Amino acid sequence: MVLTGAEIVIRCLQEEKVEYVFGYPGGAVLFIYDALFNQDKVRHVLVRHEQAAVHAADGFARSTETVGVALVTSGPGATNAITGIATAYCDSIPMVIISGQVPTAAIGQDAFQEVDTVGITRPCVKHNYLVKDVRDIATTIKKAFYLAKTGRPGPVLVDIPKDVSMHKCEFEYPKEVSMRSYNPVLKGHQGQIRKAVQLLLEAKRPMIYTGGGVVLSDAAEQLTKLTRLLGFPITNTLMGLGGYPASDRQYLGMPGMHGTYEANMAMHYSDVLLAIGARFDDRVIGDPANFAEEPRKIIHVDIDPSSISKRVRVDVPIVGDVKEVLEEMIRQIEASSARPDVETVGTWWKQVDEWRRRECMKFKNSDEIIKPQFVIQKLWEVTGGDAFITSDVGQHQMWASQYYRFDKPRRWLNSGGLGTMGVGLPYAMGAQLAHLGSQVACVTGEASIQMNIQELSTCKQFRLPIKIVNLNNRYLGMVRQWQQLFHGERYSESYMDSLPDFAKLAESYGHVGFRIEKPADVEGALREAFGRKNDLVFLDFQIDQTENVYPMVQGGKGLTEMILSAEDL
Amino acid sequence: MRHVISLLIENESGALSRVSGLFSARGYNIESLTVAPTEDASMSRMTIVTSGSDDIIEQITKQLNKLVEVIKVVDISESAHIERELMITKVRATGKDRDEMKRMADIFRARVIDVTDTSYVIELTGNQSKLDAFIDAIEPALILEIVRSGVCGIGRGDRILKV
Repeated sequence: MVLTGAEIVIRCLQEEKVEYVFGYPGGAVLFIYDALFNQDKVRHVLVRHEQAAVHAADGFARSTETVGVALVTSGPGATNAITGIATAYCDSIPMVIISGQVPTAAIGQDAFQEVDTVGITRPCVKHNYLVKDVRDIATTIKKAFYLAKTGRPGPVLVDIPKDVSMHKCEFEYPKEVSMRSYNPVLKGHQGQIRKAVQLLLEAKRPMIYTGGGVVLSDAAEQLTKLTRLLGFPITNTLMGLGGYPASDRQYLGMPGMHGTYEANMAMHYSDVLLAIGARFDDRVIGDPANFAEEPRKIIHVDIDPSSISKRVRVDVPIVGDVKEVLEEMIRQIEASSARPDVETVGTWWKQVDEWRRRECMKFKNSDEIIKPQFVIQKLWEVTGGDAFITSDVGQHQMWASQYYRFDKPRRWLNSGGLGTMGVGLPYAMGAQLAHLGSQVACVTGEASIQMNIQELSTCKQFRLPIKIVNLNNRYLGMVRQWQQLFHGERYSESYMDSLPDFAKLAESYGHVGFRIEKPADVEGALREAFGRKNDLVFLDFQIDQTENVYPMVQGGKGLTEMILSAEDL
Repeated sequence: MRHVISLLIENESGALSRVSGLFSARGYNIESLTVAPTEDASMSRMTIVTSGSDDIIEQITKQLNKLVEVIKVVDISESAHIERELMITKVRATGKDRDEMKRMADIFRARVIDVTDTSYVIELTGNQSKLDAFIDAIEPALILEIVRSGVCGIGRGDRILKV
């Protein structure tokens, strides 16, 4: 069948079973939008800014097991998409971004809306392509999807010049793709796994530490099984929340800068640490030199060899897909009669429980002023702990991750690596479209929400009943917190003045808005909001301006040097 | 520590910038980088001379391997290998310097490949230290122009880098 390049693009998306494309039209993609118009299998979501298109596609991918797809035009369309692409890259989210380009003859001529998209995106994509011949479109898109979702996932960009989308050729979608330069290792090395299992069975102070890799590999079930089989304490990083049920006794909470006392102490004083799909990030272990002071054996399972022994030396590296490696570990343990020594591990648990008794997550609630932690606790109660929660970046992000207990994977969507303010609302759009009828809440702050607030319009157009939980403290809270602690309380440009009336703003977009000022009204407002199944509700909570996020490990310090509460200052 | 890394990469446009971009983005050193197609024109071979601690070199090879278009990576300086670099030098060759320059070229087994009344162009191949020694041996004022290719390397004996 002879088709135009534009028609081929859409046919490829259909072949990949893409449900939604998030995008914004423009000159260089007019033919592609024309091809989109003539079919109804792939649905297009028109955003109000290209950054939100990429974030929404990213949110769609995070909340499902699929590849997110965004479509933008050349020049400013592509540059607006960069933050979204970099955000997805830092968190290894599978995505395909299709960008229009000026006609091939105009490339390099400083044409209108021309930018070197492949050059600009190179450092923040897993791979990218400029398609110069219509006959290459189908194979390139096939490769793009394959690269995006296999190995360590990531965004792949396909740049298509306008004339290429206009030219015609015979269309056939390749069934398979093979690349001699790209063959990710999936199965872990048997001998290494045996060594790891041996270490785990003999451990005196074992600890399991897992990250986003468990979620991306859809291995929560296997992780839960292994953890219960071993009876060891476990922690999930910010990217790994929901990988293991947070309500389970073996779960110690999140590790790291704003992690729990017990998780950080257990990480630090463990003698065998099993790291799975995590990368010993600076926000998790703090100073690697301090972390290395305490001797311990580290087993590290990761699909990306470059993540292993990058920040800390690893004793047993296992390169492979997390799910496959965990299955093999479980198989080996079940096949043998050896089990961890109950008494030894019991002694370790006694120590862990002692750390737990510090109750580091306790906060002073108030009848007068709304505490942000209280709002998140109520959000958890009202949604039955079963909502899709997105967040922006800052204090509210930490409170959401600390106080909403995630029992399932893919329920917590946030920008962990790049730390992009403005992702929350578009993530919620993607998650809501992927899970129509499910509860979706965007936990945000008055600063972050304004970075993509124009998307309230998209939400109206596509009838997305998201609940926006705005923890409004009239400050760039995390910046203010650091200025208070480390910059002599000089609050340089961290205040928010001239804020809109968010409730009225939401109303002007055709949504519902509440302003909540008293602790007694928090639960009622949340219940009413979630009761409105078809409405987007903007809940503007006026919270304590001076509340800080605790516990806290200062940047560059070790995990054991924690500030547990304001009293420690 | 100085290392010589050889790699095979798909001969696609932009491949070189993926490699050089990786080095600049992650703050790795590049002392020299050479690239040209192999006997199979769909593939290029690169030789990168870099330096760093063992941890950094391990990261460099892992990060290079992670690039989608990179087919194979070998640190050839890990064992016996041969390095060669080409240098072309244009020198002033007048009066008594003319004979001296020819003698110097002979001592270093270099060849004079272009001659005018006042200059020679001298071609010299060898490892980096030999080329450095040649530059040190001739009078700086006589050097008109120098161009060096960067290092090419290959493993000795059975060590073969091929698809």
